[in-house]
Amino acid sequence: MSEIGAFLLEKTVVGSVMFGVTLGVVAYATLGERKLSGFFQDRHGPNRAGPWGLFQPIADGVKFFTKEEFIPDRANKALFVIAPTFTFMAAGFLIAVIPFGDRIVVNGREILLQIADVNIGILYILAISSLGVYGVITGGWASNNKYSLMGGLRSSSQMISYEIAMGLAVVALLIDHGTLSLRQIVLNQTGPIWQWSVFTHPLGFIIFYVSAFAEAARIPFDLPEAENELVGGYHTEYSAMKFGLFQFGEYTHMTLASGLIATLYFGGWSIPWLTAPAEPTVWWGLLTFAVFWIKTFFFMFVFIWVRWTLPRFRYDQLMGLGWKKLIPLAVLNILAMAAILIATGGAGME
Amino acid sequence: MANTEVKSDPFRKYDLTLAERLYIPAIMKGMGVTLSHFFRKPVTVQYPEQKPEISHRWRGRHVLKRDEFGRERCVGCQMCELACPADAITIQAGEVPPERRHLHTTERYAVTYEIDMLRCIYCGMCEEACPEAAIFLTPFYEFAEDSREKLIYSKEMLTEKVGGPIFYKD
Ligand code: SF4
Ligand code: SF4
Repeated sequence: MSEIGAFLLEKTVVGSVMFGVTLGVVAYATLGERKLSGFFQDRHGPNRAGPWGLFQPIADGVKFFTKEEFIPDRANKALFVIAPTFTFMAAGFLIAVIPFGDRIVVNGREILLQIADVNIGILYILAISSLGVYGVITGGWASNNKYSLMGGLRSSSQMISYEIAMGLAVVALLIDHGTLSLRQIVLNQTGPIWQWSVFTHPLGFIIFYVSAFAEAARIPFDLPEAENELVGGYHTEYSAMKFGLFQFGEYTHMTLASGLIATLYFGGWSIPWLTAPAEPTVWWGLLTFAVFWIKTFFFMFVFIWVRWTLPRFRYDQLMGLGWKKLIPLAVLNILAMAAILIATGGAGME
Repeated sequence: MANTEVKSDPFRKYDLTLAERLYIPAIMKGMGVTLSHFFRKPVTVQYPEQKPEISHRWRGRHVLKRDEFGRERCVGCQMCELACPADAITIQAGEVPPERRHLHTTERYAVTYEIDMLRCIYCGMCEEACPEAAIFLTPFYEFAEDSREKLIYSKEMLTEKVGGPIFYKD
């Protein structure tokens, strides 16, 4: 087979598998969230559709497709229809650069378990994930509903505020690792467990983690859809599959945010103290793939866990936390990191 | 000590300690509480398969009782209709025809007796008002039907079968 053909085949297979697995996880994240919410409240959670409620996502899908599509009379139809796809696409594009696993060697050909190991990985993620706000604000605007509009506005100001803190937290990480490639960052974290960035950047981790909650608009930062103030926020007027797509986009965002936290701060697919074999087999690939997902699942669990623990912020508290606390802390963190690196001699701590 | 002072005056401002202002210890504590619930046994009653225990004094579906000779106790006095705060009961009273004489205690009886189960608020006032101890509320509570008309229960549906025990359905 020609080189280009093999390349296309490899990327198609890796791409579809990663995409399919992620979407599967996202679909079951909706069930997982409801199940875990049930457990946190001493309930069972959905358990009627199939054994242990396992067919619930399928039933939900059928429901979304067969429900009545409602478009408000005075809504801006084109924008109204297009908004959910924005949210979903912005979240879905992130799949491209997440390192789901290590490289494997099949028939002498090296295959990365990552769709694209681009050298601007983190930059790409920050850029794309901020596009997600367009879906929310377009949806809020196009609905021609004051609650939706307020939800959209809140969402945009929230995302902009917390993106800064998140970006600055990542800058400190980059000074240390000396690379923007996500794969390289994971490789830098292999070895003993204290190589994980969470131990070298505890402050940066906290800032990043809080910002990730705000970016994903999860409780305690779910102001864009605060039910008791804004009905449902930006998706108040949405029904059927358009609403489903918004939800799906949000869960994709949550899943990939968890994956990103695992990748940047918890060693991604790497296993502490274990080094990759010289000739990585498919089994090694599957092992790293599984490790990545286990770490991701843990952070998704924490997302849900926090949801049932913390109350929602007031709007001014949200802004105060973002601008007056997290951003100064993040700047301080960068300065401290730079000072430490200069003192210990040079970037790229191994 | 700060605690008791705060209790006596809930609006008193006091300086938060550093640990309190960081919120993180408090968040950790809260997360601990929720996690303990995560491992607790669910308290849910799996309803259609598993029924909750209902008190025998539960105020549910009505029954019109018969006396020990199988005669309808109801004399159609309409006291229940008057007492009903929800206007759920509709009675048409009439004179007992000779061929039905053995089924009644007096010459007046309820020709029709309807209770609209959707109007009824299950207050039990009818039971209290009845001078003949004819109407009672039973612990039956599963009323679901697919139309409003089906939930207007007729006298036939409400009256006990002759010689039968208290019935709940049919
Ligand atoms: S229970 Fe109350 S509302 Fe129902 S029929 Fe009797 S008096 Fe009326
Ligand atoms: S049920 Fe009792 S109160 Fe009502 S009409 Fe019959 S006898 Fe009178």
